[in-house]
Amino acid sequence: MLDHLAYEAPAPKVIAGAKEDWELVIGMEVHAQVASKAKLFSGASTQFGAEPNSNVAFVDAAMPGMLPVINEFCVEQAVRTGLGLKAEINLTSAFDRKNYFYPDLPQGYQISQLYHPIVGEGEIIVDMGPGVARKVRVERIHLEQDAGKSIHDMDPNKSFVDLNRTGVALMEIVSRPDIRGPEEAAAYVTKLRQILRYLGTCDGNMQEGSMRADVNVSVCRPGQYEKYMETQDFGHLGTRCEIKNMNSMRFIQMAIDVEARRQIAILEDGGEIVQETRLYDADKNETRSMRSKEEAHDYRYFPCPDLMPLEIEQGWVDDIAASLPELPDEKMARFVKDFGLSEYDAGVLTAEAENAAYFEQVAKGRDGKLAANWVINELFGRLKKEDHGITESPVSPAQLGSIIELISADTISGKIAKELFEIVYTEGGDPAQIVEERGMKQVTDTGAIEAAVDQIIADNPAQVEKAQANPKLAGWFVGQVMKATGGKANPKAVNQLVSRKLGL
Amino acid sequence: MSIDIETARKVAHLARIRVEEDRLPALAQEFNDILGFIEQLNEVDVEGIEPMTSVTPMRLKRRADVVTDGDQQEKILKNAPDAREGFFAVPKVVE
Repeated sequence: MLDHLAYEAPAPKVIAGAKEDWELVIGMEVHAQVASKAKLFSGASTQFGAEPNSNVAFVDAAMPGMLPVINEFCVEQAVRTGLGLKAEINLTSAFDRKNYFYPDLPQGYQISQLYHPIVGEGEIIVDMGPGVARKVRVERIHLEQDAGKSIHDMDPNKSFVDLNRTGVALMEIVSRPDIRGPEEAAAYVTKLRQILRYLGTCDGNMQEGSMRADVNVSVCRPGQYEKYMETQDFGHLGTRCEIKNMNSMRFIQMAIDVEARRQIAILEDGGEIVQETRLYDADKNETRSMRSKEEAHDYRYFPCPDLMPLEIEQGWVDDIAASLPELPDEKMARFVKDFGLSEYDAGVLTAEAENAAYFEQVAKGRDGKLAANWVINELFGRLKKEDHGITESPVSPAQLGSIIELISADTISGKIAKELFEIVYTEGGDPAQIVEERGMKQVTDTGAIEAAVDQIIADNPAQVEKAQANPKLAGWFVGQVMKATGGKANPKAVNQLVSRKLGL
Repeated sequence: MSIDIETARKVAHLARIRVEEDRLPALAQEFNDILGFIEQLNEVDVEGIEPMTSVTPMRLKRRADVVTDGDQQEKILKNAPDAREGFFAVPKVVE
């Protein structure tokens, strides 16, 4: 089995400052909400959009004496995610308290895993186009609690706090600083989201906050990054700033760009970068310091006394490994190899597991490339027009497969096939039967086509003269013949006959 | 490790405990006494010994992924000094 198609690393993004060139170095911490029904340490629901403070157990509200009990499913999803990222799984991990005060964190601390995360080193291959990809190392994945939500615009003097999200399980996926540009950063999040959705461990819904990213940005002179990679010594890199809580691919890219330029301006002015947490303001397209976070950075971590270390068995991990689905990289490599698809088409078809499954049903035992064209161009295009997903497709894989068989067998022309597709899309029915009943079969009988060609040549002597002077104009005759036969004539046969009859 | 007055002030602030200025020296001293007492443990050589987290051979208790709790907005908000429209209302905190 091929893990990933062959690829080369892309060139890093270079920003020209006023004085010299600079490269970007980016690391990401993605918070992915575990797709669980209940919270990490309580039995309250994780349902999005519920009445405020209705999905709250006393544990989440940090009532005195309440104790956390871990949700085993959440542990399983973290392990599953780790396996999907080809990471080492730590059979013993432990929970720590990260202490800080904020109204949406009633405990006064977040239960997280600083010292002993459940998942160690892994990797994500970030596709940047056919044959080009960046391997990004994953440092760790740990389990932690989410905080609640504060709303500041409902009252002039008060902030409103909703604890529904408090205690929901998050996987924090921490990358090494291997990302080298804004586009790579967005592609990293896209790829991670795709893998999580294939695994089913996170729904990847960025609008609802199921995936949020903190982005660490620094800049360095060309050549410095290579020294870092050789030695793993951060001393070769610039001082980084962390941009908090991004949940849009577009804003991630804009924030990185504007933050890198801010740092370059400071450095070229002879200044120094202060390591700090910053917030991106999309309206002003700028980042600014979150001063209040700085003091809180003294988190005074210590092992959570309410929770024993989390010990899992290798056998259980092996069972989870055995249940993993085929992942995007492998699926894409297989589509290229088995169906003869271009890497680009294979990428489009494997973006979502449902799309890939649909395509496979259409392509099975048929012309893979033709199937890919029809799924991508006709079906996806049509579905998009009505803002429908593949699961809402009125055309089943069997129906589309049947249309493709009719094309492959030369029973219908490509043009008629599009009409047939539209009929099947809007009215349903068996494509072969529709072709039969509505007389849509391609005319391959040269006698009939010949008669039509002769008729049109006889009716248009002036056009004949022009075409004989300029053979490019022969297309006009082909068009007329197609019109005369209701589009059912075999275009190849028409072309040949027109050329021959005009003596071209 | 020695705790000076500045550290004592910082720790008190991080813990959101108000300590009057004239109480800080004594507090720092108490911290130092406690840490000094605990530091005696450093005399024991624990090289290569796994940390012990419990005296009983217990396994972390686990729960199935089932919703068994919640749906008690009124109870959750009952002790709040101020609650409106189902939310806790707190002094404005905005970044």
